Amino acid sequence: MLDKNGIARRIAQELQDGYYVNLGIGIPTLVANYIPQGIDVEFQSENGILGMGPFPIEGNEDPDLINAGKQTITALPGAAYFDSAMSFAMIRGRHVQLTVLGAMEVSQNGDIANWKIPGKMVKGMGGAMDLVASAENIIVAMMHTNKAGESKILPECTLPLTGVGCVKKVVTELAVLEIKDGAFHLLERAPGVSVEQIIAATAGKLVVPEVVPEMNLLD
Amino acid sequence: MALNKVVANAEEACRGIQSGMTLMVGGFGLCGIPENSIAQLVKMGVINLTCISNNAGVDDFGLGLLLQKKQIRKMISSYVGENEEFERQMLSGELEVDLIPQGSLAERCRAGGAGIPAFFTPAGYGTEVGEGKEVRIFDGKPHILESALTADFAIVKAWKGDTAGNLIYKATARNFNPLMAMAGKTTIAEVEELVPNGQLDPNQIHTPGIFVQRIFQGKSYEKRIEQRTVRKA
Repeated sequence: MLDKNGIARRIAQELQDGYYVNLGIGIPTLVANYIPQGIDVEFQSENGILGMGPFPIEGNEDPDLINAGKQTITALPGAAYFDSAMSFAMIRGRHVQLTVLGAMEVSQNGDIANWKIPGKMVKGMGGAMDLVASAENIIVAMMHTNKAGESKILPECTLPLTGVGCVKKVVTELAVLEIKDGAFHLLERAPGVSVEQIIAATAGKLVVPEVVPEMNLLD
Repeated sequence: MALNKVVANAEEACRGIQSGMTLMVGGFGLCGIPENSIAQLVKMGVINLTCISNNAGVDDFGLGLLLQKKQIRKMISSYVGENEEFERQMLSGELEVDLIPQGSLAERCRAGGAGIPAFFTPAGYGTEVGEGKEVRIFDGKPHILESALTADFAIVKAWKGDTAGNLIYKATARNFNPLMAMAGKTTIAEVEELVPNGQLDPNQIHTPGIFVQRIFQGKSYEKRIEQRTVRKA
């Protein structure tokens, strides 16, 4: 079974040289820590920066330089700043190759819910709806089940949707799943996790091939 | 001679803002917010405001200061977490909240300033956001119709400005500011450094002065950091 860093490490393997990548808040942010060697990617944050670097060294925080999670960051050489309309032109215009975001629920036809729990706190969708409506390649980083042990990998989402039919891949602490033809397809198992465990934790339609390889996290 | 947009201070800049008006307020979280003007609005005590701003500040800073005094009747935002008073007012029904996707919010402000009454976007199709909105298929993909936003006053914050109202923003403090500057019937810009005409390089201007009616040098910026994150040296 993977921890949050393990999920981020596995997703980092999906990065390709030359990609512009938008990372959501939470587990997706950790992906930046595991860029494979020999690969150059640039991170976009929708509040207005391309070329986002690591957190600043203590004492060098700049209140005018933050990411979309409102965390202080740094800018790498070659970075660019822009306004919010241009930022979403990059996103809507499909200039960003990969979007990684968290979710509360994902359904077998690629619907995603991650912005609202009716009756409880409504924080808002931020940039998530624009991102999922337009990105060509969306990977969801999430835990397979909620705190009550219920599956978040569902036939249909129960929470208000963020986007429809948009998620291509889901990486959880248990597995890598591809979404196509109205079903989750089991691609890989996390180290030490059995196919039976994954089947038990998945409520949506799951297609299991005869051989399910274990993730290779060595890099 | 270039036009002179300079006013003495926040008090003069905010003159004419009345209860019930719609205001655009620049910033992303607490980054790039017009601190001096917000403080002036608190002082003026105007109420029943509709505020268009990506976020609603935190409990005791940014637009949170106006929420504390119950001066805001309606918020139009994309994300409103991290604010307990906001949550309380929203759940009790005291505050009306219109949540819209961040990219649509930005484009609606831009469109408002650019004379584009509405546009189609894929964001929000098939969700609550798309309910009741016209749907059109382009290139086989459904899009929803979103309308432009304008405001009685747009209040923005820039790094540097000149007497003609030309503005330059710093780093990610730019965010919604240039878009809202375009969409205000009257646009107020507060800047950290106000310089005479001719001192800013025309190649570097982000917001041309034509969009700005009043400009003043703000004072004692706190620039509070919402999420201080650092790494070890």
